[in-house]
Amino acid sequence: MLAAAVFAGFALAIVAPWIHRVARNASGWILAIFPLALTFYFAGFIGPVVSGRVFSFAYPWTPSLGISLSFYLDGLSLLFALLISGIGALVLVYAGSYQKGHPHLGRLQAYLLMFAASMLGLVLADNVITLFVFWELTSVSSYLLIGFDHERESARRSALQALLVTALGGLALLAGLLLLGQAGGSLELSELLHQRAVIQAHPLYGPILLLILAGAFTKSAQVPFHFWLPAAMEAPTAVSAYLHSATMVKAGVYLLARLLPVLGGTEAWIYTVTIFGTATMLVGAFLAFRQTDLKLILAYSTVSALGTLVLLLGLGTALAVQAAIVYLLAHALYKAALFLVAGAVDHETGTRDVRHLGGLRHCMPVTAAAAALAAVSMAGLPPLLGFIGKETFFEAVLETRSAAGMALTVAAVLSAMLYFAIAITTGLRPFVGTKTETPRKPHEAPLGLWLGPWVLAGLALFLGLAPALTAEPLVSSTVAGILGEPPEVSLALFHGWSPVLLLSGVTIAGGLGLYAGRNALLRKFSVFSPLSRWGASRWYEGSLQGLNALARLQTRVLQSGYLRFYLLTVIATTVGLTGYTLLSRVGISIPEGGLSIPLYQLSLVLLILLATIAAVRSRSRLGAVASLGVVGYSIALIFVLFGAPDLAMAQFLVESLTVILLVLILYHLPRFAVFSRPRDRVRDAIVSLLAGGLMTGLVLAAASTHAFPSISSFYGDHSATAAHGRNIVNVILVDFRALDTLGEITVLAVAGIGVYSLLKLRLGKGDSR
Amino acid sequence: MNSLIMRTAARILEPLLLLFAIVVLLRGHNQPGGGFAGGLMAAAAFGLHAITFSVDSARRLLWLDPHRLIGAGLLLAAGSGLLSLFRGLPFMTGQWTRLPLLGVGPLELGSAQLFDVGVFCVVMGVTSLIIWSLAEE
Repeated sequence: MLAAAVFAGFALAIVAPWIHRVARNASGWILAIFPLALTFYFAGFIGPVVSGRVFSFAYPWTPSLGISLSFYLDGLSLLFALLISGIGALVLVYAGSYQKGHPHLGRLQAYLLMFAASMLGLVLADNVITLFVFWELTSVSSYLLIGFDHERESARRSALQALLVTALGGLALLAGLLLLGQAGGSLELSELLHQRAVIQAHPLYGPILLLILAGAFTKSAQVPFHFWLPAAMEAPTAVSAYLHSATMVKAGVYLLARLLPVLGGTEAWIYTVTIFGTATMLVGAFLAFRQTDLKLILAYSTVSALGTLVLLLGLGTALAVQAAIVYLLAHALYKAALFLVAGAVDHETGTRDVRHLGGLRHCMPVTAAAAALAAVSMAGLPPLLGFIGKETFFEAVLETRSAAGMALTVAAVLSAMLYFAIAITTGLRPFVGTKTETPRKPHEAPLGLWLGPWVLAGLALFLGLAPALTAEPLVSSTVAGILGEPPEVSLALFHGWSPVLLLSGVTIAGGLGLYAGRNALLRKFSVFSPLSRWGASRWYEGSLQGLNALARLQTRVLQSGYLRFYLLTVIATTVGLTGYTLLSRVGISIPEGGLSIPLYQLSLVLLILLATIAAVRSRSRLGAVASLGVVGYSIALIFVLFGAPDLAMAQFLVESLTVILLVLILYHLPRFAVFSRPRDRVRDAIVSLLAGGLMTGLVLAAASTHAFPSISSFYGDHSATAAHGRNIVNVILVDFRALDTLGEITVLAVAGIGVYSLLKLRLGKGDSR
Repeated sequence: MNSLIMRTAARILEPLLLLFAIVVLLRGHNQPGGGFAGGLMAAAAFGLHAITFSVDSARRLLWLDPHRLIGAGLLLAAGSGLLSLFRGLPFMTGQWTRLPLLGVGPLELGSAQLFDVGVFCVVMGVTSLIIWSLAEE
């Protein structure tokens, strides 16, 4: 069933465009039924999973390599599965309304479904190879989603950037997972989770950690790979909500959480993960604070939230993991809601710049209310889930009583203050104050656009009001899924008079101050703006340019466009490599009994030699062709003499057709001329003689060494009995080695079509060479 | 090319070449020959026609576009390997059947021969395609 839940998404993605074509404007609602059903399906697991059961499904894929298509559902997978399918349903409805009438809406829906299915597969996967396949599928489908408006160059560039960064991390991840499998003796995550001691003592622990972290950090947009996420805002809003709130960017967080019990707890883990997380949290929050575009603010604050999650997983204590899960849930809800609100605002007013927005509560009251709720959660105010998330975050950081812990606390409070200011900017500022002029006259958004924000913000309120009844079981089973032991989780709005409450107070005061003094502060910080020239995206651009330059250089060196140069390269390389192997491994030897060559064979050989010299020295093309023909027919005669009629027949035919072809070509060629300098000809002669010498040496070696028993007797014995044919040559071609022949005729077909298209290619005057 | 000698020769040689090509293809399993040689021979027949008369005339004579011939040949060759899958055997395991033919004795037919026909089509298609394209220039 688990596998069916994953693969049904892909199947639906294939037919989505047709459903859209039939159902038109209702398609979003119809397609959303599937993820909604999945949500209920997974909700049915909450009870059993909370009581400690896990579900698994395995199908042997490549058993000889230990690779299986196996899925596994525990608390952690369940939380993610619920988020993916639940938010997926809302996003599909939203996209149908937001992109109403777009000619490629069906395609967008297909991509969204494919993305949801990949993400589900990722969080449910048990086998690491299965996990990796789905990991890459999410990269591919997010590439398609970000580049949805493929006619805009910036969308294409952002899509490619996201793909390159995450795929590069994906490669590192693959290496890391394989090493992990080697160290732990299994490719199944459920088994690896019990191998903590073995893996952490393994000499490869360092490389494993580094490679897996590289994968997780690129996917979850940690500094210094954070730049692709804001650039991915080129995607339609529904997509950004989906990619950045619930799913794709949280894949890295999921992976860290999943592997925490295996890899975590060491100093290397704690320091690396916590430091990267903290840096990302602060950089993201500050960059978000600086922006004025609603989507960009949200994107950078997502980067920051991911940093917070990574930081908490880096600490890895029971309390920190619990905080991470509450924070993750709260963030997914409010961030998705705010993204959807930002899209609705953009849709209705035509701008996303907060400086031009104000007073929208009069014309969009429903959207405004949802935005306000979500913003309150983001700011970390009671009674929403965001408040509990922030409080547990503070608790977890305070728990580490050391100098580093103090620094972490300061960083946490600082980022929370920035969050407070950002929340006001995105969730309140566009809706309060006096109404401003906008490119479009705003109306209340349609149902499809405000349904999502309302459900999400309402859920955040509901979970915040009654955390003990609702969020607690889910969170505790998730924490149990990560840590492997049932934790003590108690979530409440009011924790008593504690330092945490004091920090919350400081946060609110500081946040208000930051919001009020935003312009003055930014002016002060503008002295640092030249620093942005050294930002990570510059490094990305630079390395991309470097790669292109390298490609151009090697193309210039290797692809000169002259046939003679290619021939020279190919032959010289063959002679060098094969000749080296021949001399170093076998040596040149004369077969026992010496060489006895009858006179008629010798005369044939002499004929070939003379014809070759004539072809080289000839001053007319026709003469050269005729001489080559003599060479070819003489070789065919040799085949006849040695009892190979099949080869001889093919050789005769090829020679005859070659003459026809050459005659047809000669007709078009310019007059014969000598292009090569004498020096070049000496070089060519040396290469040719070496090639001839190599072949001679090879034939002699083949005749005198018998390293392997000859296979011809096998063919002779089995040709008639097993393959119903007495012509061994043909039986080899069409039966024993038919797969080779299939490959050869495929190459032949490709080459033929290549020749055809080159001949039919009419280069314009300008680009003809 | 307008030459009486060529035209007369082509009229007689073409059917012979084609007939011979098919004979070579069919007998290939037991005696020298096979799809490769047969395909080249058939291509030579059509090449002769294209040079003697015109490429258009050869195109009409062949009736099938060489591109399609190539595709059909590849499909046939790959498809012949799929037959064994129906019997649960690995891809490209040879499958044979014996047809009782009155007067001639039993005739053996197998997937390998089908494969050879595919090779024949590809070789003939590619060679014709190149010769015709050059002749058209």
